[in-house]
Amino acid sequence: MTQRALSIHWLAGLGLFGCLNGALWGQVSFDRILAANQEPQNWLTYSGSTMSQRYTTLTQITTENVKDLELQWMFQARSLEKFEATPLVVDGILYTVQAPNNVVALDAVTGRVFWTYAYVPDRAARPCCGQVNRGLAILGDTLFMGTIDAHLVALDTKSGKPIWNVAVAKASAGYALTHAPLVVKDKVIVGTAGGEYGIRGFIAGFDAKTGKEAWRFYTIPGKGEPGHETWKGDSWQHGGASVWVTGSYDPALNLTYWGIGNPGPDWNGDERDGDNLYSDCVVALDPDTGKLKWYFQFTPHDTLDYDSVQVPVLADMEWQGQQRKVMLWANRNGFYYVLDRTNGQFLTGKPFAEVNWAKGLDEAGRPMRVNGMEPTAEGQQVYPGVQGATNWYSPSFSPRTGLFYIPTWEQYSSVFVKVPTDYTEGRRYVGTSPRSVVAFQGAAINHRKEDEGYGAIRAIDPKTGERKWEFKMLDVTDAGILTTATDLLFSGGREGYFYALDGRNGDLLWKANVGGGVASGPMSYAVNGRQYIAVAAGNSLLVYALKQ
Amino acid sequence: MRGGERGGERGGELACNDRQSDMISPGDPNQDFMYTLQLAFGLAMAAWMGIPLAAQHSYTPADIEDGGKLFRANCVSCHGPQGNLVEGVDLGHGKFRRASTEDGVIRIIEDGIPGTAMPPHNFSDFQAGTVLAYLTSVANDGRSAVPNGDAVRGKAIFEGKGGCSGCHRVYGSGSRVGPDLSDVGALRRVAEIEASLLDPNAEVLPQNRYYRVTTKSGDTIVGRLLNEDTFSVQILDTKERMLSFQRTQLREAGFVNESPMPSYRDKLSAAERADLINYLVSLKGF
Repeated sequence: MTQRALSIHWLAGLGLFGCLNGALWGQVSFDRILAANQEPQNWLTYSGSTMSQRYTTLTQITTENVKDLELQWMFQARSLEKFEATPLVVDGILYTVQAPNNVVALDAVTGRVFWTYAYVPDRAARPCCGQVNRGLAILGDTLFMGTIDAHLVALDTKSGKPIWNVAVAKASAGYALTHAPLVVKDKVIVGTAGGEYGIRGFIAGFDAKTGKEAWRFYTIPGKGEPGHETWKGDSWQHGGASVWVTGSYDPALNLTYWGIGNPGPDWNGDERDGDNLYSDCVVALDPDTGKLKWYFQFTPHDTLDYDSVQVPVLADMEWQGQQRKVMLWANRNGFYYVLDRTNGQFLTGKPFAEVNWAKGLDEAGRPMRVNGMEPTAEGQQVYPGVQGATNWYSPSFSPRTGLFYIPTWEQYSSVFVKVPTDYTEGRRYVGTSPRSVVAFQGAAINHRKEDEGYGAIRAIDPKTGERKWEFKMLDVTDAGILTTATDLLFSGGREGYFYALDGRNGDLLWKANVGGGVASGPMSYAVNGRQYIAVAAGNSLLVYALKQ
Repeated sequence: MRGGERGGERGGELACNDRQSDMISPGDPNQDFMYTLQLAFGLAMAAWMGIPLAAQHSYTPADIEDGGKLFRANCVSCHGPQGNLVEGVDLGHGKFRRASTEDGVIRIIEDGIPGTAMPPHNFSDFQAGTVLAYLTSVANDGRSAVPNGDAVRGKAIFEGKGGCSGCHRVYGSGSRVGPDLSDVGALRRVAEIEASLLDPNAEVLPQNRYYRVTTKSGDTIVGRLLNEDTFSVQILDTKERMLSFQRTQLREAGFVNESPMPSYRDKLSAAERADLINYLVSLKGF
C-alpha cells in the first residue's frame, strides 16, 4: 500500500470512530478493542488484539523498503530492570511502563512526555525474577496496571492520576502482578505471579469503574472442587500455578483463555503427587463469572518448571476440510499444540525443539514420559532446560503467510537437582534450582559452546507443526515477534539486535544494533499516515519509521 | 510566572551537592580521613569568616513564602502539607527525629539521610533556612479543618452551585481542564485552599498554568501546560485532548496570565466556603 493509500485508510478509520473530537477523543470503548483490526494505527491491547496474534495490518513498511527504517526517537527508562512492556498507542499517544511500575504518556510522534505516574511499591514485594512489568490495559479513558506488590491501579489516561488502587493479594507472601491486564467488557482481568513462593495462584475479574473484585478463579481447586484430588494432602495450599502473561478473548464464544504456571515447589514433586491441576494448563473461563468452561493440561505433574505461561494465540483456519476455531500454542516444555478452542480438544502436537523428557504426545495430547527425566539428588540433564524451549516471549501468527512464528531455544538443557523443601510464607519454595548452562542475564558477550544451544526464530506450519524455516542466532532470545501484512517479521534477541526478516523464508532484510537485549514484543502503530515500529531493548524504548 | 521562579529557586549558590562533589567523596575508605579533615577545615573557616550556617537570619514574609513553595514542591509528597506524615516527625511543630538544632535540620534538608527515603536537595543554606522558617510559620496555622463546615455539603457545592467540577476532576469524575483535586487535601493546607478560593491568581503552581498556542495556520488552542522543551510543547487543551506541537509549527506560544478560575469571595457565602474547604481537605488521593 502506498503512503497515500495508507493515509486514506487511516482517515477512514477516524471517520468510523470519530475519536478526535471533544469528549470522545482518546476514549477506548470495548467495541473498539474488539474491532482493533479496523484501526491498525492504534495498538489497544498487549498483543494487539484479543486474538493475540501480534500481527499488524499496516502496510507502509514493506520487504522492499524496510532497509530504509531509521530511529525516530527513544525513551530511556530510569530503571535498570529489564524493559519488558509492550506499549499501547491510542490516537497518537503512547503509554508504557518504566519498571517496576511507573507509567508514562508520550507523544507517539516525538516521544516527548505528556505525563508521568510514579508508583512506589511496598518494600515487601518480592517478584522472583526481576521487578518487571509487561504493560497496561485500557478501557474508556482509564489505564490499568498490575504492580509488583500485587495491587491493581486504575489511572486517568489524560493526567496519569490514580482513580482507584486495590490490593489484589499479599505481596509479602510472594504474590505479584507483572503482566498487562486484559479488559473484557466492563471487567479488568489479572492473574497473580509468585510460583516460586508457594502461593495459591488465581485469576480475578475487577469492575473497571470501581476496582471491586467481581470474581476469582483459583488456579488450584479448593476442597470439594473438581481437580482438588490431583494434589496430595495439603500441597494444594502452596502449589503455585501462577499467572504472569496476558490471556486472550474470543467474543463469539465469550471465553477468555489464560496460560497457567508451574506447580510448586518447582523441582521437587514428592509432596504433591498427582497431575496438579490447573498448573501448566490453559484454562477457558467465562469472563463474566470466572467459571471454568474447559482446561487442557500440557505437562501433568511438572517437576521441570515448564510454566504454560505463553500467550494463547487464537486463529480461525480450515482444518481437515472444515473451518475451525483453534488455539496455537508453543509450550515451554518443547511441544507445539493445536487445540480446538471451543472445547479444549487436542487436535495435533509435536516437538518444535529438542526434547528428551517425553517421547511424544498420545492421542489426547498427554506427554509420554521418558523414565528418569526428572530432578534427582545428583542432577539430571533434561532438554529443554529450565528456561524452556520457549517462554513468555510473544509468538506471532500471520494470517497472510499462514505461518506461526516461535522464539525458540534449541539444543538447550539444564541439570535438574532435587532437594527437600518446606514452606515458609514469603520464602522461596522451589526444591533447589537447576544448573542452567545459560546465564539468565548478562552482558552481550557470548562464549557458549555450540552444544549449549542457540536461539532461533522458527516458522512452522500451524496445521502440522512442520518447520518451514529457521533464523539462527548464536545467543538465545527473550524477544517476542511482530508480523505484518507485508510479510515482515520483527524480532530481536539477547545479542542486542533488532531485525526484520522476510516472514515467507526467514531472509534477513534489516538489522539495527540497539545496544541491549530485546526482552519485549515489538508492536506497530501509525500517526498522520506514518507507520512506526516500537520495541523495548535494554533499558530503552526505540521507535523506527521509514526515512522521510 | 514570576521572573526567577523556574531557575532561581533551585539554583542557589554553593548548593550542598556541588560542595560535596568539589571535595573528596565520603565513603571511600582511603579518603575518609582527608574528607574529615577538609570538612573540619571548611567548618572552621566558615565560623571564622562569620558565614551564617544556621537559620539565624530573620526572614521576610516573601522569604517564608518562597520557603513554602520549596516545601510544597519538594517535601509534601512524603511529609504531607502539615509536615507530620512521616512517623516520628512533625516538621510543623519543631519535632525532628535526627536533628536537635536548626543547623542540623538545614544539613538534613541539604544532604538527605543516607539509607532512608530522605533525599539530598540542591538548596543553598539560605533556601533551606526559608523552608525551616516556613515550617515554623506552619505551626501557627495548623488547622486541619474549618469549624462549622461540612464536607458532605461541600461536595454538593463542588458539584453543584460552585460549578467546580466543570473544570476540576475528583476520583475520576469532572473535567480535566483544571488541576485534578483528588489529592488536594494531602498536598495543600486549609489556609492555602482558602486563599486559592478567594484569590485564585495569588499563586498558581507551575504545573497548573494555562498556555496558549497559535499555529502558523492560524488556529489558537488554549490549555494546561503539561510539558515543554526547547523544541516542543505539550498541552491538555480545553477539549481534553493531549496535544504536542513542534515550536516550528507555531506562530505564538506563551502563558495566559490570568487564572481561568473565578474568585469565590462573592460567589459563595462564608459558610458555603467552609463546607467546600472541608470537602477539599478531605480529598487525600491514594
